[in-house]
Amino acid sequence: MEKLLLLGDEAIAQAAIDGGLSGIYAYPGTPSTEITEYIQRSKLAKTLEIHSQWSANEKTAMESALGMSYAGKRAMVAMKHVGLNVAADAFINSAITGVNGGLIIVVADDPSMHSSQNEQDSRFFGDFAMIPIYEPANQQEAYDMVYNGFELSEKYQIPILLRITTRLAHSRASVELKTIKKQNENSLPSDIKQFILLPAIARNSYKKLLAKQDSFETESTSSKYNEYIEGKDKSKGIIAAGITFNYLNENYKETKVPYPVLKIGQYPLSVLLIKRIYDECEEIIVLEDGYPFIEQKLKSLLGDKKIKGRLDGTLPRDGELDPNNVATALGLEAKIEDIVPEILRDRPPALCSGCGHTDVFNALNEVMSDYGRGRVFSDIGCYTLAALPPLNSINSCVDMGASITMAKGATDAGLRPAIAFIGDSTFTHSGMTGLLDCVIEKTPITIIISDNSTTGMTGGQDSHAFNRLIDICKGLGVEDKHIRIFNPLRKNHKQAIEIIREEIQYKGVSVIIPQRECIRTLERRIKLKKRKTAK
Amino acid sequence: MKSDIILSGVGGQGILSIAATIGTAALIGNLHIKQSEVHGMSQRGGNVISHMRVSDKEIASDLIPKGQANLIVSVEPMEALRYLSFMEKDAWLITNSKPFMNIPDYPDIQDVLSEIKKIKNHIIIDADTIAKKLKSIRSSNIVMLGAASPYIDIPFENFKEALRQIFGRKGEEVVNKNIIALEKGREFALKK
Ligand SMILES: Cc1ncc(C[n+]2csc(CCOP(=O)(O)OP(=O)(O)O)c2C)c(N)n1
Ligand code: SF4
Repeated sequence: MEKLLLLGDEAIAQAAIDGGLSGIYAYPGTPSTEITEYIQRSKLAKTLEIHSQWSANEKTAMESALGMSYAGKRAMVAMKHVGLNVAADAFINSAITGVNGGLIIVVADDPSMHSSQNEQDSRFFGDFAMIPIYEPANQQEAYDMVYNGFELSEKYQIPILLRITTRLAHSRASVELKTIKKQNENSLPSDIKQFILLPAIARNSYKKLLAKQDSFETESTSSKYNEYIEGKDKSKGIIAAGITFNYLNENYKETKVPYPVLKIGQYPLSVLLIKRIYDECEEIIVLEDGYPFIEQKLKSLLGDKKIKGRLDGTLPRDGELDPNNVATALGLEAKIEDIVPEILRDRPPALCSGCGHTDVFNALNEVMSDYGRGRVFSDIGCYTLAALPPLNSINSCVDMGASITMAKGATDAGLRPAIAFIGDSTFTHSGMTGLLDCVIEKTPITIIISDNSTTGMTGGQDSHAFNRLIDICKGLGVEDKHIRIFNPLRKNHKQAIEIIREEIQYKGVSVIIPQRECIRTLERRIKLKKRKTAK
Repeated sequence: MKSDIILSGVGGQGILSIAATIGTAALIGNLHIKQSEVHGMSQRGGNVISHMRVSDKEIASDLIPKGQANLIVSVEPMEALRYLSFMEKDAWLITNSKPFMNIPDYPDIQDVLSEIKKIKNHIIIDADTIAKKLKSIRSSNIVMLGAASPYIDIPFENFKEALRQIFGRKGEEVVNKNIIALEKGREFALKK
């Protein structure tokens, strides 16, 4: 079969297409974005009419996918780890309803926080929802798990969680493809009440979910992704989950790992398998990226007398694993210190030169110098980089949408003026409801929606707010005369200052919308145009 | 054979084009590849790294262990100094000499270059000027790759073929420009 050099994300996307997918639903988020983008660009997906447009946020994505599954078709949802917090209500309840068409939820965790606010571990969510979890060790496994995962999902009428991490998502390796499966035909759930979670029905559905747990564990015991590898030296036994299996093998390149190894790629944990290695070996070292999920389970199931990992300091408690800290844990090498020449300087990411956000912050900084520090509640996007010098403009960044609502709470507490700073895509993701709260209470608040017509931070995906922002604000009840628009260019600096000053004076809800396209997407558009006219 | 290569630079400088060319050249030679990249936040002008592993045997880890890289290729001189702990003792460091100054406290470039010269095996190449002379400033990264090519265990012809595959749809002229850039970089390194 054909072999392609694919990122982990791309392998997942290709597997979904080949596995009979009818639609992917997603909101961008590093390191998951490339899954959906791959399907959007795929000619094959286009001819197969696979849905791949972006959703407003992870919750709408999760629910749309569940709807597609209700109608009998195979669906996928993709998001970064914090996206699952947004989608959690739908996610947890989808385990109770179960599915009709196969449903795979791909969540990309980001240990070491390369591009995120935290390093939460989605396996806890999967465990909480009581559904099977896949955790691939490499790109080929990621492909296989998705390709065959729809069948597992349909067999038990249960959504499947595929948990990956940044390293797998953004690492390329060769992947062998399988033959394309046909998409499902439309079909209603055989039990027409399956998706009604009224208490009387839900109690029954929940019992069904509980009854499936044993089968899930049996699947794990016989899964080819969970492998028990014999080893002569029983002084240690090693449990290696997902990509940590590679870090283990990297340390025994020329030889075989001398200890028994249990490779984990599918959950719930098979107690049979872990009990075997636990009983056979004098001590157990658990290698897992993210939180000590397996380690904690092991301790509660088997007692903690000989279990080593992130909790006892054998491995670092936070941050991702790598071949070196695994080597240290195995006693193979001393910790290698970083060599940092004195001359080396940090090079933090920054707003692109010429970015419209910068002009907005320059004006805002000037206005806020009259009021003192600590009053600008911001959000998540390129503009979050204004937290760093030289701008030093913002005082918060917590989760998407929190700018407006936190500014509201602070205003309620008497901190006035309080400013909210949010981007267009984040506004339609989860800022609109907060704005409605403000309108209802006529909160004296100044909200700046810095509109660059795109989702810049994640690489310039289409923004749901495009050409709709003003109407949305009006529709939510913001007064016309307090929706102020300007073009954030250096030459308009004075005008920007005036507008911000005036709206801070107003004791009700004001929305200021600076509008100028992101330079990165602008460049891309011009390039594409040139290429088209050249043809 | 194995070549473990650290590629480094600043987000937006296009180190992934070097990675893609090495990857394609390795595939032509039927070698195993693993290549890990940085996406997201750091691409906004922050420091970026890519781990590129090529081997005739199966590769376990996507990440190169510290102390085991054979080669660092940096398209920016200060960034050449960021990942020194990855180098094995006979490793080579190949860097562009042109600084990318997007931070206020960028050190004196002469100090940066003399720090690089402390490394036993190093090549400092003015890839931008070479590319400019070829009237193909965009090929600066390919000049860098050319300079690195003697230290990568892949036949030189495969790199050329890779460029033909990658740039083929842009026409003969673009392909040739890149092949010349590759050759110029290699010549420079071999003269050292
Ligand atoms: C719940 C959640 N989903 C996705 C992300 C990833 N993410 C961070 S910023 C951002 C988009 C920001 O777009 P916008 O607000 O328009 O600002 P811009 O980057 O364009 O300036 C996304 C998708 C996240 N951090 N949290
Ligand atoms: S990508 Fe666009 S929005 Fe983000 S910093 Fe650059 S110009 Fe500004």
